[in-house]
Amino acid sequence: MTRRTSGVAGLAVALLIGALAARPEAQQTIKVGVIQPLTGAFAASGTYVSNGARIAADEINAAGGVLGRKIELVVEDNKSNPTEAASVAEKLIVRDKVPVLMGAWGSSLTLAVMPKLMEYQVPMLVETSSSDKITTIGNPFVFRISPPSSVEATGFARMIDQLKIGKADFLVVNNDWGLGTADQFTRMFKAHNIKVGLVENMAQNAQDMSAQLAKIKASDADTLIVTTAVEQLTLVFKQAAALGLKRRIITTGGSQVPDQLIEQAGGAANGTSHIAFFAPWNPDLSADPARARAFIAEWKKRGYAFAGLTESFRGYDGIRTIAAAITKAGKPDAAAIRTAFWTVELTGLGGKIKFNKVGPAGMESGQSICDIFLVRIENGKVVVPKA
Amino acid sequence: MDQLLQHLVNAVVLGGTYALLGIGLTLIFGIMRVVNFTHGELYAFGAYAVYWFVATSGVNFFLAIPLAIAAGLLLGAAVEYLLLRPMRGADIDTTMLVMIGAWIVMQNSEMIVWGGVAKSITTPFPESPLVVGPVSVSWLRLFALGFALLLIAGTYVLINRTKLGKAMRATFQDSDTAALMGVNIRAIHTATFAIGSGLAAAAGALLGPVFLVEPTMGDLASLKAFAIVILGGLGNVTGATIGGFALALVEEMGAGYVSSGYRDAMGFAIIIVVLLIKPTGLFARAERVG
Repeated sequence: MTRRTSGVAGLAVALLIGALAARPEAQQTIKVGVIQPLTGAFAASGTYVSNGARIAADEINAAGGVLGRKIELVVEDNKSNPTEAASVAEKLIVRDKVPVLMGAWGSSLTLAVMPKLMEYQVPMLVETSSSDKITTIGNPFVFRISPPSSVEATGFARMIDQLKIGKADFLVVNNDWGLGTADQFTRMFKAHNIKVGLVENMAQNAQDMSAQLAKIKASDADTLIVTTAVEQLTLVFKQAAALGLKRRIITTGGSQVPDQLIEQAGGAANGTSHIAFFAPWNPDLSADPARARAFIAEWKKRGYAFAGLTESFRGYDGIRTIAAAITKAGKPDAAAIRTAFWTVELTGLGGKIKFNKVGPAGMESGQSICDIFLVRIENGKVVVPKA
Repeated sequence: MDQLLQHLVNAVVLGGTYALLGIGLTLIFGIMRVVNFTHGELYAFGAYAVYWFVATSGVNFFLAIPLAIAAGLLLGAAVEYLLLRPMRGADIDTTMLVMIGAWIVMQNSEMIVWGGVAKSITTPFPESPLVVGPVSVSWLRLFALGFALLLIAGTYVLINRTKLGKAMRATFQDSDTAALMGVNIRAIHTATFAIGSGLAAAAGALLGPVFLVEPTMGDLASLKAFAIVILGGLGNVTGATIGGFALALVEEMGAGYVSSGYRDAMGFAIIIVVLLIKPTGLFARAERVG
C-alpha cells in the first residue's frame, strides 16, 4: 500500500468510527442475541428457527415494540459446532451487549454456551434442545420452552399401548441430544416392560449409516427409534429402504420436518411416525389456533417452505416469550429479565408457556411444558391425529 | 453370516468412490508435492454441479455426471494455472497457505451460491433395491460403483499406457531430469492437477445423489482422501485404489462390529498403525532421492 492510499484508508476508518459512535439510534433498539446453526449438519433447522424468530420480532415491532423501543435480533451462526456456539455467545454478550439470548438449537451447542451465561450473568431462552442435562446441571440462567427427552418419553408412554411395541432398537446421533434420548426412552420402555435391543450411534456429520442399519436389520426388534435432524433422517430412511429394512420407524425430538422428509426421501418416508411438538397441518390443535393460523399465513407470505413450520414456531414462541420478559422487567437489563422470566405467562403456538423450577436447589433452571403429537407419513402425506 | 455379507457389499460399494478420491489426491500430492486442501472442495463442487445441472437446468442425470466431471477438470486447471503456477519454486509452507486460502474461499462461495441448507438430487433410479438372497443394495449405489470402476480403469490406462502418463511418471520420479528430456513440466503440472481435481469432482458427482449435498461435505472427504493416500503410499495409483477399498472396509466393519459412534475414527486409527509400522505407506515404491 502506498503512503497516500494508506492515509486515505486511515481517514475513512476514522470517519466510519466517528459515524458509528455518533449514531443515536444504536441506543434505541433493544438487542436480542440469537444463536442458531445456519450452516453445517443442522443448517435447515437453524434457518427455520431464525426465520420464525424474525416474524415474531417484526410482529412485535409493528405493534409498537417493547417498552416503546423496537427489538433488534442479532443472529449469529454457530456452524453446528459447540466451540463456535460458545464463541459467538461471547461475541453477542461482550461486543453487541445483548441483555438476553435465544439458542442454540442442539443440546451440545446449548451446553457449550451455558458456562458463558454463568460467566457474564446473562439469561438464555432455550427453544429446541432436548437433553435433560441442560436444566438439571444447575444453571440458573437457562429457561427452556422445548421438552426435555424425559418429558417427551413420558408423553410418548401414553401412546405405546396402541402401538403395541414388543422390542425396540435405537439409532441416535452421537451427541447429548441423541444419547440423552436413548437413555430416557430406554428407561421409559423398561418401566413398561418393553425390551430394548441395540443402541447404535452415528456421528452428527456422518452420511453413510448402512453399517448401523445392516446390524439393525439382523435384530429381532419390531420398532426402530431414530433421533437426529432432518438431513440425517433423510439419509437414514433412504438407506434403510435400500437395505430392505422393513420395520416400524418412530423418530423423536421434534426436528424431523416431515414435509421435507417426504420431498427429499420420497417413498422411503412412507409408514414412518414422528413425535412433533406443533402440528401446522391442523392449526386447530395448537394452544392458540388463531395465532397459529396467522403465523402460518405470514410464513407462506414470506415465501418460506411449509415444511419449516414444525421448527420455526419455536423461534416465534421464543422471541415472544423474551419480549414478554423484557416488558415485565421494565428495562433491557440482564438481571431484571432473568427475574422476569419466572413470572412470564403466555400462550405460545406450542402450548402454554410458564417456567417451573427444575434442577438443584438454589441453582434451578426454568422449564416450560409443551404439547406432543405423534404424526405419520402415509402415501406422501402427513397424517395428524384427531384433536 | 447374512450381516457379514451385507457389510462386505456396503464396503465395496463405498470403496469405489473412496478410491477415486484417493487416486485424484495421490496424483497431485505425489507428482506435484502440493498439499492440496482444495481436494474436498472439488468433491463438493462435483456434487453441486450435478445438483445444478439436474435441478436448475433440467439436464438428464446421466449427462449431468460427465458434465460435472468436466467442470471439475476445468476448475482444477484454473486453480493450478492461477494459484500454483506463479508459486512454483516457493517452499511447501507458502503453497500450503495458498491452498488453505483457496479451500476457505471455495467453501464460502458454495455457501453464498447455494446456501447452507443441504440439497437433495433426484435420480432416475427406482427406490426399491436390488435384492440378492440376504443382501440388498440400491441401484444408484451400484451405478456409482460401476462408474467409479470405469474411471479407475481409465486413469490406470492413462498413467501406464499413454505418453502423457509416461511424462507424468517421469516428472514424479525426477522432475529436473524429465525437464532435460524435453518434458514440458508446466503443462504436466496443469494436466495432473486437472485430472486429480476431475477425479475428486467425479467422486462428489457420484456420491452427491447417494447422500445430500451441503457446503461442508468436502471437509471429511478431504481428510479421508489424505488418509487413503497415506495408506496406499505417495503417488501410487494401485496403492490408492486398494487404500480406498481398505478404508471403506475398516469403517464398515468397525461400525458393524466394534462401535458405530466411532466409525470415522476407525479409519484414522488404522492410519496411525500403518504409519508406525510402515511410514511410507503400505504400497510405496522405492523413490529416487536426490
